[in-house]
Order: sequence, then C-alpha cells, then structure tokens
Amino acid sequence: MVIECKHVWNYLSGYLDDSLSPETKELVQRHLEHCEICSAILDSTRNIVVLTADDRVFELPIGYSERLHARLAQEIESHGAPGRKDSGD
Amino acid sequence: MNVEPPDRDEAQMIAAILAGDTRQYHELVRPYERSVYKMALSFMKNEPDAEDVAQEAFLKAFRKLADFRGQAKFSTWLISITLNEARSRLRRRNTVPMESLDQATDEGGHISPALLRDWREVPSEALERKEIRAILIEAIGHLSPLYREVLLLRDVEEFSTEETAAALTISPGTVKVRLHRARMMMQKELAPKLKNANPRRRWFQWS
Repeated sequence: MVIECKHVWNYLSGYLDDSLSPETKELVQRHLEHCEICSAILDSTRNIVVLTADDRVFELPIGYSERLHARLAQEIESHGAPGRKDSGD
Repeated sequence: MNVEPPDRDEAQMIAAILAGDTRQYHELVRPYERSVYKMALSFMKNEPDAEDVAQEAFLKAFRKLADFRGQAKFSTWLISITLNEARSRLRRRNTVPMESLDQATDEGGHISPALLRDWREVPSEALERKEIRAILIEAIGHLSPLYREVLLLRDVEEFSTEETAAALTISPGTVKVRLHRARMMMQKELAPKLKNANPRRRWFQWS
C-alpha cells in the first residue's frame, strides 16, 4: 500500500514520538525513504521540537527568584501553615 | 520539570509544610520556578505580567496545599494552577471570551506544513542569538491557547502524554491530536524563518 504526502503529514508528530502502530510506522518510513519533501518536513519539525525544548529559549528576568521568595516569605509569615484557615481561597 | 529532582521526597516535604514547617515551601518550589515562569510568559506575552502570574500561582499553591492529595505529581498540580491563573487573567483582560477563541480553532481543517526540499539543521548554538529565541517564543505565542498549552507541556516541559492529559484534564488522545496540530503550525511558521536565519558559512568548509 502506498500513501500520499498529505496522509504522511498526519503521522509526523506520532512518528517523532514513536507512538504509531508498527504497520503505520512502516508505511510512513517507506514513503520518507523516497520523498525528499516529506523528509525535509519531518527533519525541520524534529529540529524545531529539539530547539523548543532547550532551556535557553526562555530567559528569566533578573531578580525573579529573589522577588518570588520574598513574596512567599511574606505570605508564609503572615498566614502560617496552609489549610488552617476557614476559607479555602 | 516532570521529573522530581533526586534526593527529594516531595510527599514528605508537603506533609511537613502542612504540619507547620512552612519554610520548607521555599525548597519545595525551587526546582519549578523556571517552568512556571515559562508557562506564564507564553500566555501573558510580557515579562511583568508573567512574573505576576508566576508569583500568584506559587502563592495559590501554598494556600491550597492542603487540597493536594498526591493524586498527581506536585509539578503537574502546580502547572494546572499556573494555567488557571494565566487563563483567568487573560479572560479578565480580553473583551472576547477565551472559550470562543479556543473553539474557533480547536477542530477544523488540515494544516499544511511549510514545504521544503531540504532542511539544514539549525544547531542548538543558534539559541545563543537573541533573535532566534525571540522567533521561537513568538511562534509559541501565535498558537491559540489550546494548542499552546499542550505544546508547552509536551515539548517545552517534556511532560509525557499522560501527565499532560492529567494537568489539562483532557484525554491522552486529545493531547496527541492537539500536539500534532501545534507542531505542524510551528513548522509552518518557523521553518521558513529559521531557514533564512541559518548561517550557511558559519563553519569552515572542507572540500
């Protein structure tokens, strides 16, 4: 069985996560072997997934952690242990 | 973020905090500061609001800690609180309700990827460049909220499909469908931009 590019695109994410059934995976793989366009789409998608996961993408503002813990300290000191109040929120 | 740092027993830390050793809360949340901020920034799209949402999420998690029963991981629970906080802020800010925006783009047609004939890998060193980081963040921001949250959890935080489903209270199947669409939209927007941003003659070429 041969599948078209358009159908292959539906499986690219599953292919990257290796969550396709063995039969579908095989079909996709065979298509990719001879289709340079779908291969380039797969490679670029994989590359983008890798870049997105990189910790350097999002920079924390300077002093973020300090400000956060200062605010938490304030809350903790003024209210004590959580769940001891009458209202939940 | 989905992996509890080693040498930590979070259940035990939470029990201690609830028993009155509240200072341990600082240590409990330290590994998640970055993840919560990233989540908040992707929704709020500016640093001051993102920081505000992050702080509020950590405060809410503290106040509600007694409700956390260990049915999920602490990290998953914390992320859902962050998401709810970001969503409710946006809802208050927008005149158009979020739900209608979500529905408009939830189901629907096929997403055609950007067609290329070859792809030259963008090396991770490229992330040292501010413009590359900016176009990635921008592309995430262009996704509609339903897709953005799935992409953030699966591909930025590297949660499993099941953890993502739990944090968003949707089915694993829905996670997969939305992730697929989100990745295709990212490819469509980013591939042409990254291709142009890719320095071709950066390395010494052997011939």
